[in-house]
Amino acid sequence: MQKLLSAIASRLVIIVPYAWLLIFFLIPFLIVFKISLSTSAISMPPYTPAFEGIGTWLESARKFTVDNYVWITEDALYAKAYLSSVIIAAVSTVLTLLLGFPLAYGMARAPQSIRPTLLMLVILPFWTSFLIRVYAWIGILKPEGLLNQFLLWTGVISEPLQILNTHTAIFIGIVYSYLPFMVLPIYSTLEKMDYSLIEAAQDLGCPPITAFWKITLPLAIPGILAGCLLVFIPAVGEFVIPDLLGGSRTLMIGKTLWSEFFNNRDWPLASAVAIILLLLLVVPIVLFQNAQARAQEAGK
Amino acid sequence: MKSLGSIRKSFAPWSDPDAKPYIVFRNVTKRFGDFTAVDDLSLTIFEREFFALLGASGCGKSTLLRMLAGFEEPTAGEILLDGQDLRGVPPYRRPVNMMFQSYALFPHMTVEKNIAFGLRQDGMPKPQIAERVAEMLKLVKLEKFARRKPHQLSGGQRQRVALARSVAKRPKVLLLDEPLGALDKKLREETQFELMDLQQDLGLTFVVVTHDQEEAMTMADRIAVMDHGKIKQVATPPEVYEAPSSRFVADFIGNVNLFEGPVSEVDPSGATIRGADGFAIHAANAGTARKDETAWFAIRPEKIRITSQQPEGAGPNSIDGEVWDIAYLGDMTIIHVRLDSGKVIRASMINSARGSDNPLTWGDRAWISFAPDAGVVLTN
Repeated sequence: MQKLLSAIASRLVIIVPYAWLLIFFLIPFLIVFKISLSTSAISMPPYTPAFEGIGTWLESARKFTVDNYVWITEDALYAKAYLSSVIIAAVSTVLTLLLGFPLAYGMARAPQSIRPTLLMLVILPFWTSFLIRVYAWIGILKPEGLLNQFLLWTGVISEPLQILNTHTAIFIGIVYSYLPFMVLPIYSTLEKMDYSLIEAAQDLGCPPITAFWKITLPLAIPGILAGCLLVFIPAVGEFVIPDLLGGSRTLMIGKTLWSEFFNNRDWPLASAVAIILLLLLVVPIVLFQNAQARAQEAGK
Repeated sequence: MKSLGSIRKSFAPWSDPDAKPYIVFRNVTKRFGDFTAVDDLSLTIFEREFFALLGASGCGKSTLLRMLAGFEEPTAGEILLDGQDLRGVPPYRRPVNMMFQSYALFPHMTVEKNIAFGLRQDGMPKPQIAERVAEMLKLVKLEKFARRKPHQLSGGQRQRVALARSVAKRPKVLLLDEPLGALDKKLREETQFELMDLQQDLGLTFVVVTHDQEEAMTMADRIAVMDHGKIKQVATPPEVYEAPSSRFVADFIGNVNLFEGPVSEVDPSGATIRGADGFAIHAANAGTARKDETAWFAIRPEKIRITSQQPEGAGPNSIDGEVWDIAYLGDMTIIHVRLDSGKVIRASMINSARGSDNPLTWGDRAWISFAPDAGVVLTN
């Protein structure tokens, strides 16, 4: 009896996260997928066929169409937006890595006693709303903003730089916002690393820089991979940063999606854009999961 | 093949005043903040010697080893290797290799790559590397595991990979930090002899750090017993055991009974200690004892005789007490005898005959006695 109860209990424990995924991921995904196969209409909801109960299900299924997907492939705008998003996300990821790795490395090599404080400082920005922090960057980057005022004051430049509403501003925004997602996984792999490995490499004839390339870096790869994907995946679909910092000329798929939904009220097309975005991101997500599995394997 | 013993028997460069020391620590001090890990320590180690640094944890033995490897720089004093001052020489330029206590195998490399690591770092040509790696794998009997990763190996196999990696470069000196600490008892005993054979075969100088006295006694040509950053005694295992220079060493190595009392007489025949737990002790070797000063007579349990009757012609060096405890260990029996002074004496008897019918049992009166040369007189 005891055994049976504990078996049921362990089943229940597994059910909770799966139920969560089912309710908050799979069902919304199916709804979006269904909308993407509908046709835009001036009605409430703004597409047909609407879901009107099980009875009419088969009949309405006949009205489903793949027109939206065809439209996306035919109009170059969407391809450009996807490509531009991937490029911006990729560049931002590389920049975040270049900044985040030294930061994580420094933290992992810092004295044990101050590591919690450093970790706290990395997480601290999360205590303020993401939106407010991005707005704050407008104040810093605008022509008469803090950065330009400072540079003018020091005499480095003679007239204000146009940073706001350029790709540079988007890169700054993404690097700033996603830096903790890069630092934390790299920090955790570096921190776990046995320092005697570096000593062993040096003992066997490696100068410190060679030891870094041959030992530290290869062992940090699971963390680097995890960090890169944690930055890249959300950055591809990013909407707030390009909208606030990138200006109207920036083409990113997140912005396109938003304008299809709210400006054009074309829900089916927007849903199709979202579905394609998701499919594009499945590749890096699978990579991420592989990397995590490998990191766990190495951890044993 | 020559046996290990015959090679070792004649090996004693430390007693030859003309022998040139290979490793010299001269007045070396190492401080971490206000903690002194190594305190004004001087030591010489000879070429091809198997040298053990023995001490409890925190005695500074590992720090000494790490200074030799180059991971720590001495605060004061100098370290010479084959006549060369090692100050400022980084670890990657020192002709020494270390086997780490944690083994520190590179987890992302196969056994083969781990062993080849140092050789590749030296720019050795590829065919030669392959040859040397094969040789090393054979040496540690891991030919079949060349392509495994460290996490696919057992503890004993990892230990052997670490050993192969550290000797692959043929260092002048091999440093071993608690090399057998992570192995179980049986494997540890086997490996001790393997290490000794290896050291002889390769003709290397070994410096091993250990807290296990048995390990040091088995393997080393000489042992340095350390305490609080200082060396208490440097001597061969028999000397350390039979002629410890201080109570600390006597107590640290093996078991010992100590009798304390004032020295009443020092003459050419030895020293006499009176009033030690109610009997007089006459020791054949006075050591550094001086008349009227306090001295300790240290005697090992196996050098004490136990009899149920008073030994014949008993003068000094015998006293009776009560059998307090008996522990039968198979190969020997340990008997604790409680003297009337309250002191408990530990004596051991080898059970050389089967089915020993020891007439002594708990609560009996028994006599302990020993020869004048069975122990040593210590004054510090």
